[in-house]
Amino acid sequence: MTDQTASSDAGSGQTDTVWTEREPFIDRIPRWVAMTGLFILIVGIWYTATALEVVSNIILPGPKETWDDILFVGQNMLDGGYMLEALITTTKTVLLAFLLAMAIGFSLGVLVGETKFGERAVMPYLVAIDTMPKVAFAPLFIAWLGFGISSKVALATFIATFPIVVSTAAGLYAATENERMLFKSIGASRLQTLIRLKLPTGLPYFFTGLKIAAVGVMAGAITGEFLGGGQGVGALIRVSASQLDTPRVFSLIIYLSFLGLALFLSVVWVQKTFVFWNKSDKPGGMA
Amino acid sequence: MASEKAKPAENRPVYQIERLSKVYARNRFQALKDVDLTLRKGEFGAVIGSSGCGKSTLLKIMAGLMPPTSGRVMLEDKPVMGPRRDIGMMFQQATLLPWKTTLGNVLLPIEMRDGKAAARAARDRARELLELVGIGRAENVYPGELSGGMAQRAAICRMLITDPAVLLLDEPFSALDELTRDFMNMELQRICLERHATAFLVTHSIPEAVILADTIYIMDANPGRIVETIHIDLPRPRSLDMINTAKFGEIVHHIREKLGREMYGS
Ligand SMILES: Nc1ncnc2c1ncn2[C@@H]1O[C@H](COP(=O)(O)OP(=O)(O)O)[C@@H](O)[C@H]1O
Ligand SMILES: [Mg+2]
Repeated sequence: MTDQTASSDAGSGQTDTVWTEREPFIDRIPRWVAMTGLFILIVGIWYTATALEVVSNIILPGPKETWDDILFVGQNMLDGGYMLEALITTTKTVLLAFLLAMAIGFSLGVLVGETKFGERAVMPYLVAIDTMPKVAFAPLFIAWLGFGISSKVALATFIATFPIVVSTAAGLYAATENERMLFKSIGASRLQTLIRLKLPTGLPYFFTGLKIAAVGVMAGAITGEFLGGGQGVGALIRVSASQLDTPRVFSLIIYLSFLGLALFLSVVWVQKTFVFWNKSDKPGGMA
Repeated sequence: MASEKAKPAENRPVYQIERLSKVYARNRFQALKDVDLTLRKGEFGAVIGSSGCGKSTLLKIMAGLMPPTSGRVMLEDKPVMGPRRDIGMMFQQATLLPWKTTLGNVLLPIEMRDGKAAARAARDRARELLELVGIGRAENVYPGELSGGMAQRAAICRMLITDPAVLLLDEPFSALDELTRDFMNMELQRICLERHATAFLVTHSIPEAVILADTIYIMDANPGRIVETIHIDLPRPRSLDMINTAKFGEIVHHIREKLGREMYGS
């Protein structure tokens, strides 16, 4: 009775596997190969489209021209040319705005997430402002702060603050009833509970907010530079576009995306370092 | 089976609860009505009842985590009016902080009450406790790597680190699998006997209550109240084998009858 199931092949010493798991093709190739393949495909289509003049070269420059211009812009930056100045200006704007948004967003987030006053009185206003199209405030900031860097910093900060407020507040709510009760039972004060329980528990949420803010701060800075002129990369893009210098627009965008990526990856790195305990299956633990 | 257990019955009372009632303001729900009980030094009390009958409410009031609506709770002749250092608590979930090591988690109550320096000074005691429950080697491990049983052991140490006069246990092992739970219950008994601890356990498992307790309070819902008090005079230390004895079966049968009668109102 016990070896009923194994009896069929007993003695022969051989078993034919009739059904087993086969790994799909896409799982068997390394990721970088897949990514390179897709890249080549896209550039190929791009090249064909421009070589056959499906679209005019003024509207869409070929891969070669774009690549040459990327190199030219890179050289100009390495030589300390005006494009380096522009990139530094934009970087300054972005970093300044990011730090400001972090400070303001965190403070407001704690106010909203920790105090009844914040939750009841402040939050409704924040939600109301958050639903407005925030770039529409750009002319106002320019009128108030002029064409220098500060109007761009203000717009970028304005855009990036809200996701940080919301995620910080959500993070403060994230501690479970059990954890709150534990802290109460061991005699923790409200401040101790905030600092030792709620803030660490909320860190993953906070970082999720920072990642959204990192994207928002770039958008805010560039929009500010489009509308308010000045020395930044956004202004250069606008001038190049108005001169129909499309390869230049493309290469400036490439360098901008490096800046954005660097900011985003720094946030991810800091999160990995500080929130070592977070499992990716918890909310707020994305990326 | 209602014969008196000689030893604890003569000891001085630790907890004295009189006419305790609780109405939750939010929904005007009467969770407890006129609960009286006395827990003596070295006694192991257990309250058993179906889920939602007010067991956790009772324990939270006893622990000073929430005020009663009327009645009073005295611990060591002083009224309970908030969390106290002489009360140790344990919940169904281990609730360890994932960013602290096992040792750090055990020291948390000291850190909160007396600060970091005191916590550092108590490290050796924490290590002793971890040895006592058999997870001494996990002191530098983060909770994410602990099994459910190991996490609850760490929670036991966290409860014991402040040397509380009473232990309040709210279904401490009910989230564990049955094999681990039986084992942990025996560990709990050993620890309590070793330390002459006074303990109060909330459970909805009849065998668990019978194997651990000197006194069992049967609770009924709507409103939550104690409907019978049973003294268990099985000898100590108790072992899991006792579950198969006639006497054990009799007690379990009696409690089941009582709970069933209360629930179905016949
Ligand atoms: N904070 C609360 N507000 C309102 N009702 C509650 C609250 N906590 C518990 N209750 C109610 O009180 C009753 C007893 O709850 P509880 O003490 O948790 O029961 P048990 O621990 O025995 O399962 C339940 O019916 C529950 O719905
Ligand atoms: Mg309960």
